[in-house]
Formats: sequence, C-alpha cells, structure tokens
Amino acid sequence: MSIVSASLDHAGGPDGALNGDALNADARREARGLFALLSPGLFLVFAVIIVPIGWLFWLSLFDESGQLSAANYARFFEQASYIKTFVTTFKVAFIVTGACVLFGYPLAYMLSQLPRRAASICLIFVILPFWTSVLVRTYAWLVILQRKGLVNTWLMDLGVIGQPLPLANNFAGVVIGMTHIMLPFLVLPLYASMKTIDVDCLRAGMNLGASPAATFRQIFFPLSLPGLASGVVIVFVLCLGFFVTPALMGGGKVIMWAMRMEQTTSLYSNWGAGAALGVVLLAVTLALLGLFHWLLGARATGVWSRR
Amino acid sequence: MLLSLAQSALPIGISGIEKRFGAVSILSDLSLDVAAGEFLTLLGPSGSGKTTLLMILAGFVRANAGSIKVGGEEIITMPPHKRNIGMVFQNYALFPHMNVFHNIAFPLKQRRVSAAETAERVERALDLVQLKGLGERRVDQLSGGQRQRVALARAIVFEPRIVLMDEPLSALDKSLREHMQIELRNLHRRLGMTTVYVTHDQREAITMSDRIAVMNAGRIEQIDQPEVLYARPRTKFVAGFIGESNFVPVECRNGSVWYEDRKLRMNDAAPSTGRHLMVVRPEKLRLVADADETGGVNLLPATVGDVIYQGDSFVCYATLKDGRQVTLRDYCRSDVLAKLPAPGEPITLGIDAQDVVLVADQ
Repeated sequence: MSIVSASLDHAGGPDGALNGDALNADARREARGLFALLSPGLFLVFAVIIVPIGWLFWLSLFDESGQLSAANYARFFEQASYIKTFVTTFKVAFIVTGACVLFGYPLAYMLSQLPRRAASICLIFVILPFWTSVLVRTYAWLVILQRKGLVNTWLMDLGVIGQPLPLANNFAGVVIGMTHIMLPFLVLPLYASMKTIDVDCLRAGMNLGASPAATFRQIFFPLSLPGLASGVVIVFVLCLGFFVTPALMGGGKVIMWAMRMEQTTSLYSNWGAGAALGVVLLAVTLALLGLFHWLLGARATGVWSRR
Repeated sequence: MLLSLAQSALPIGISGIEKRFGAVSILSDLSLDVAAGEFLTLLGPSGSGKTTLLMILAGFVRANAGSIKVGGEEIITMPPHKRNIGMVFQNYALFPHMNVFHNIAFPLKQRRVSAAETAERVERALDLVQLKGLGERRVDQLSGGQRQRVALARAIVFEPRIVLMDEPLSALDKSLREHMQIELRNLHRRLGMTTVYVTHDQREAITMSDRIAVMNAGRIEQIDQPEVLYARPRTKFVAGFIGESNFVPVECRNGSVWYEDRKLRMNDAAPSTGRHLMVVRPEKLRLVADADETGGVNLLPATVGDVIYQGDSFVCYATLKDGRQVTLRDYCRSDVLAKLPAPGEPITLGIDAQDVVLVADQ
C-alpha cells in the first residue's frame, strides 16, 4: 500500500485511525503543491488563449457604430465577396492538400525505405526549407515563376513555349508556393508513421501469397493512413488561415480568408467585422477537426482521447 | 481438407548455401535435408545463422550461392509470395488493421478462394487452434498466447507445403510456452506438414523435434534425433549447448583412454590419439561406496564442495583431484538423502561405461 492510497482511504474525515488526520493533511498538502506547480501553465493558457479569443468573440458582436448587433455575421450571407473568399479559401486548401498528398506520399515512402544514413540526409532537405522564412521562400518562388522568371525564360529559350506561362500572380502561383511550404507538414508525420510499420508485417503479407503490389495496397497503405490523416489535417487547417504566400503570389486576384481579415482591420479599421471573420474561421476549423476525428478516429487528429 | 496436409507434405533439400553480409560470412556451404512431414529444429546461439537460413528459405534474404529444392523443384530465385510456405514470425506479425478473421483469411483472399469456402476454412483453422468464436476480435484485444495461435492459424490455413517458425514461443511466459510446445507438437502430428523451427532454447528443441540441427558460426555442428544428440554429442560445442556438461580432459594412448592414471572403461571405440574431453552430465554421475568397483563403472575420486538441496533433487558440486569441478544431480530418494555427503568430505563418483562420451578438445 502506498502512502497516497492510504490517505485516500481516509479522505473525508478522521475516523480515529492511526495518524488519520496527519495523513489527510499530508494528502491535501500534496494536492495543493501539485496545483501550485500547474498554475503558471494554467495562467499562460488563460492569458494568451482564453482571454484573446473571448475578446475576439466579444468584438465581433458590435457593429461599426458600437451597437450590439449581428451585422458582422449577417454580412457572410449578404455580401457575395465574402462568400467568394470563403469558397476560394476552401478551394486553395483542398488543392494544396491534394498536391501535398500527391508529392508527399511517394517522398515519405522513399524516405521510410532508405537506409538510416541516407534517410537522415534526405530528411535534412525536407526540413531545411522549414527553417527558412516563409517570406523569403515565397519571394524565391516569385523570382522563379514570374513572366521573366527562370522557368519561363528557360522554356522560351528551349522553344517549348512561345508565350510566357501565367505561373505567378494568380491561382496557380498560390498553389505552387503554398504546396512547397506545406509539404514538410505532411511528410514529417507521414514519415514517422511509416517508420513504425513492422517490416515483418510486410514480409508476412508476401509470405502469405500477396505480391509486392498487393502487400503495399492491402498492408502498407492502410497502416500508413493514420500518419497520412494527421498530415492532411495539419496541412488543411494551416491552409485555411494562410496569409503571406497567397498575398504575394496571388497578385491581388486570389483573396483568402486571412487576407480579408487583414483588409478589414487595417484598411477599413472595422474590428468587429475582422473579429467575426476570425470567429468563423476558428469555428470552421474546429468543425473540420471534429469531422476528421469522427471519420478517422482519434489517432488521426490526436486532439481528443488517445487510445 | 485442412486435415489432409500429410499427403502433400514435401521434403526440402538445402545444399551449398552461402551467405555473406559484406565481408562477414553468415552461412558457409550449408547443406541440410528435411524429410517430408518432418519437424526439424535449427538450434543455436544468436548469431549462429539459424534465422538467416530461415529467411533464405522464406525468400526474404537472398543467398550468395546454393540451392533449395522443395519436392525436387528449385525455389532459390522464386519470390516469397510464390513459394507457398507458411511462416510464423517471432513477433507474430499480425496485421493490426484487420480483425482475427481477416488476418486468417488473408492468404485465402490472395488465392482467390470463394467467400463461402474462406469462411469455412477460417472457422476450421480457428477451431484447430482453439480460438473458436474469436474471429471478430481486434488483434490488440488478444493475449500473447491468442496472438500466437492466430499467427499459427494464418500460417497453416492455406495448406502450405512447408511451415517455418522463427522462435514463435519466445515472447510467451514459461508455463504458456511449455503448454504451447505440446500443442504445436500435437498439431504437427495431426497435420503432418514439413516444419522447420528455429529456437535458441535447447529444452524446447528437445521437446518438440523429430531431429535437431545444432548450428554454430554458420555451420551445422550435428544433426540428429534429440535423444542421440543429448546422449552422444559429437563436438564440445554440442555437448555444452545441449544440457549441462562438465568436461574432464582425458588422454588417448595405445588404443585406450586414460584419465590421469586410470584406464577408462567405455563402450564406444576409443579414439586412437589426441587430446579429448570426457562429457560428464550431472545426472549420469552417481555417488558410489569406495569398495564396489565393478566391471562397468569408472570411478573418479573427488572432494565435496557444496551440496544444494532443491526439493525434488539435489546438486552436489565436487572437485576432482586435478582441481576440475564437476556437478552431480540426483533425485531426493530417501536412500540417497540418507547418505548425502557433507562439504569437504572425500567421495567417489561413478560413471557407467555406456555413458562415457568423448569429444575432441578444440
């Protein structure tokens, strides 16, 4: 019997047991001590998460004249530009996530199959861009993709195309730039989950008569799904709130949610409307996480319970 | 149908297998014949190459040279999924995303067996490994012993010609392991599939096998039936690896064998020359009264070091005249207990002529 469980047995009042009071007091002291250790963290969560989000929500309930109203939310249904921004945001998020899966899955698979040394070297090339500023990377893409950029100059010099391709300052540019920035967010969790797949499971598959392709399809791929799902969730959610790349690569033609917020607050100084945008984005993100959780189970999102 | 493996069991002919990893030789010129329906165990310490040989049989590791014939057909370059060999992995390698039924049905699905027949055969396989009614369980809801049985059912449900097992019981606790040893042996007797079993546990090998191939440093030291292997080890390694042994150096002169100044009585033909060791098993030694030296017994004078009582038996550590330690073990019958020597007491140990085994001293 441990000291803690002994004191729990006697919790709720002394019954004359040997040292009952002292043990109860000791248990309470321990509980207070543990709470005291927890309190800096709790304070931080309260100060930087609960308070700002509550404030955001509060702000969104007032219109420009300072009157309590639902006008900021009504705007989502009334103004076509809001709806268009919403649709664009989701379109970009879907396409970028799809492109990340398309490029990231084979990449993660290759990394997981390489010998340890080679894998860690290749992994550096995945992580290195991760450490570079998003702004720098986006400008780099602009240099590469613009009308007189590297790609267009080369293709025209080679005679492949007569006119420069519209790769920057449009939807394509946003997708290319964002895919590059999002790729590590998909590859890293996917790679980690692929590394945990037991080689013997794949061997067992082949031993039991499944060809290498069938083994991949029936065993490797299903076992990599939790990692793929968490990568997809991370990329999709990050895409929804992304600002820098669409702002620079979109050439003003691709307006995403975060850009709308920036315009509303800095250009029009309408804090209520901006706050409402933030609240809606947060709600949609949470709803999406809930949907993924429901579809794929807790392992994919890791947000709720862990089995 | 599931019980008709005996007719389709095939012999395995392994010859000249070489395997090197870089400059390190794992298997060198290894040859081995497994009879149809035989339960053969590869026994050896870790690093002896037994698992590598199993991997080459299954097709997961490519040999540098050699031939593997199953029923006369060469399979050395055949990909694993075409070999039709069942395998039980050390960690079971059950598919975690499938339930018990789908794990066992997996090999049948690959062979395009109809759904109705699959259900029937999985049911029978589950019955065979005493897991009836657990088909819907998830793999992570099973105990270690149950997982082991599922792995076994999956390896035999497609009626493979050969079954390979890579230390399948090593993850189970002792009592379950002993129970499963008997169960596996009975299952093998019922189904009669040619089985190659890998273990480093000599007791397990002795309990289960028709024959045991003792491996050491990439070679087979000796291959024999368990009782022959135990009673007549041919090398020091085999004598040391299987059972407990003390080694007593002896000398071969003029066609007879001498321990110090005594001529050894032995049934086997004496080696002509060279330094040899006498293999002395603890249970082959007995305490003899000094006087009764008769025809068939060799006497070894010794001094008692320690006597350890173990309930059903006792162990006596004794020191021979040359300072070498030997161990004697006997059951605690009342007549033996009454005459138990005390530490420091001089005693005479006896070993029968038929129990004298010599191995070369490397």
